[in-house]
Amino acid sequence: MSTYPWKLSVFLSLIVLFLLYSAVLYCREYKEVLPADVLAQDGKMIWQQKNCVSCHQLYGLGGHLGPDLTNVYGKKGEPYIKAFLQSGTTVMPNYHLTENEMQALISFLKYTSSTGISDPNSFTKHNDGTISQ
Amino acid sequence: MMEPYHNNSFPNSKSFLKAGLVFLMSALFFGLVAALQYVLPGIGKEVFSFEKLRPLHVSSAVFWILMTAMGTVLTFLQEIKPFPNTTHRLVKIQFYLFEISFVSILVSYCFGVFGGREYWEFHPIFSIPIVIGWGIFLVNFLTNNKTLKNQPVYVWMWTTGVVFFLFTYIESNLWLIPGIGNRLIQDMTIQWKSYGSMVGAWNMLIYGSSIYLMDKIAGNQKYSQSNMAFGLYFLGLFNLMFNWGHHIYTLPTASYTHIIAYGVSMTELFILGRIIYLWRKSLTFDRKHKHIQAYWFLYAADIWVFINLGLAIAMSIPALNLYMHGTHIIVAHTMGTTIGINTMLLLSFAYDVLGKKQAEIKISTNFKTAFLVTNISLSLFFISLIIAGVLKSYWQFNNPDSSYTLMLNTLRPYFYVFFVSGLSLVFGFMLLIIPLFKSK
Ligand code: HEC
Ligand code: HEM
Repeated sequence: MSTYPWKLSVFLSLIVLFLLYSAVLYCREYKEVLPADVLAQDGKMIWQQKNCVSCHQLYGLGGHLGPDLTNVYGKKGEPYIKAFLQSGTTVMPNYHLTENEMQALISFLKYTSSTGISDPNSFTKHNDGTISQ
Repeated sequence: MMEPYHNNSFPNSKSFLKAGLVFLMSALFFGLVAALQYVLPGIGKEVFSFEKLRPLHVSSAVFWILMTAMGTVLTFLQEIKPFPNTTHRLVKIQFYLFEISFVSILVSYCFGVFGGREYWEFHPIFSIPIVIGWGIFLVNFLTNNKTLKNQPVYVWMWTTGVVFFLFTYIESNLWLIPGIGNRLIQDMTIQWKSYGSMVGAWNMLIYGSSIYLMDKIAGNQKYSQSNMAFGLYFLGLFNLMFNWGHHIYTLPTASYTHIIAYGVSMTELFILGRIIYLWRKSLTFDRKHKHIQAYWFLYAADIWVFINLGLAIAMSIPALNLYMHGTHIIVAHTMGTTIGINTMLLLSFAYDVLGKKQAEIKISTNFKTAFLVTNISLSLFFISLIIAGVLKSYWQFNNPDSSYTLMLNTLRPYFYVFFVSGLSLVFGFMLLIIPLFKSK
């Protein structure tokens, strides 16, 4: 007996489920956060164009040569960030950013900080292996 | 019945493999230079700092994987059924589209032009030739495989890989739509949804090819038509579609993505259990095939699958993931899989396609030495990153407010091991790669 009809139906059912799941995630209202404002949007573009993520992480995702910056604004504030942006470090390049670019990046980091907390210490672990914040 | 093991050559698909090997060498070179930043922080930063080196390394590695996977599938397809002339022409166009865009991407990094998305750090404009090139690959594939009926499992896997890569690659560009790109959490959710499935898609191309090659070596299709093979394929497909949420357990997104990922990832325990159950059968070096170089790599990949799958499953438990996320344990896992599994398997294909005909092969001491050097170095490389990751994790939980640079300094000894084992890994790989260029 051919197993083809059986295989095909498993295959097609999985595809349908996958497409539904995708559609839900594209269309769902991400109520958790407001969209970034215009300055923060510019900041996000500069963040991407300078490839800050090759060294830094947001929510633990990115390169590993520098620290996670999700909540740096909330924890350390604007002047601290600006100092790094102005001169870089031994490893971090000095990008010779203009004042506007720095303001945009700071605004982006202020926005990321408002979206949640990435510190693993802020989570509670449960016996079933799940976590909550 | 399949024909007994033989090597075959198809010039147009060989170019993919040769180009792939050049990207591998580029990945190895830039990996070493990038790792130098860990042992001598800031060295040469004015010329090539890490934000250029990392994408040069990671993109070269991804291009090695994609080029070689495409070339292998195209070769094996032709072994099964010759291509019509139009397909040959399209394969050439496919090759040049990828070759030119991949090289241009590496050049653009040198000039500091980025799109700044993790793993795909190039300007989004390059996505246009990549999507067109993959579309042509899809057409070439479908011209040769019009139905799935009665097909062995690897044809199902290739079909899945070709279709899902295109889908997820396009999905990974959805951030260009302002409504999505402006909402960090939605953007990152979709980004990691697409990446998770995309890796699953290229693994379908690679694992499918390895099953094909195993059949070819064994001289029959017993496995690739079996219910077990299909069962595992569907399990893999299920994971490809729904397990990606384990990349973003700490991201404040829809919580069901986390629960679904946790549950789905645990089904991989079945695969792990099966490997242990079949331990002797699947992990025993079969002396019968010891004269086939490709077989050696398939064997090494088996062991790396076991190690990395174990780690991956642990990482998919949110409470454990918390300790590993954002540390070098993840780097160990990423490179452990892309080198230990993907690169080993891709080299087995490269040896099959580009290597000498079976009758001429003698497993030389050189080959054995290179093979051992590579695998031993990789083990040290892997362990050093795991230790560095464990220590970083300890820091994250105990001293997160102290300086990052000072923390990295305390990890320096392990980074030395990482660098030196990386160096001997490169050496081992070069010994394995160079002979392949000598073959016609
Ligand atoms: C080549 C790697 C690299 C790149 C690229 C890079 N950084 Fe850094 N950055 C570092 C390192 C290393 C530190 C030092 C961390 C320490 O010692 O506390 C740092 C520190 C920082 C800090 C202070 C963080 C803290 O918690 O102390 C900020 C803010 C920052 N970088 C922002 C940026 C931005 C914005 C970009 C992109 C325009 C960027 N960095 C690109 C490596 C990099
Ligand atoms: C076939 C060989 C290799 C492949 C396929 C490969 C692949 C990768 C991948 C996919 C990443 C991204 C990791 C992540 O974000 O989690 C990475 C990062 C990296 N790799 Fe490799 N790699 C290879 C060899 C090497 C070698 C030989 C070295 C040198 C020691 C090296 C050094 C690095 C470094 C320094 C990073 C960046 C880690 C960070 O984020 O800070 N790689 N590699």
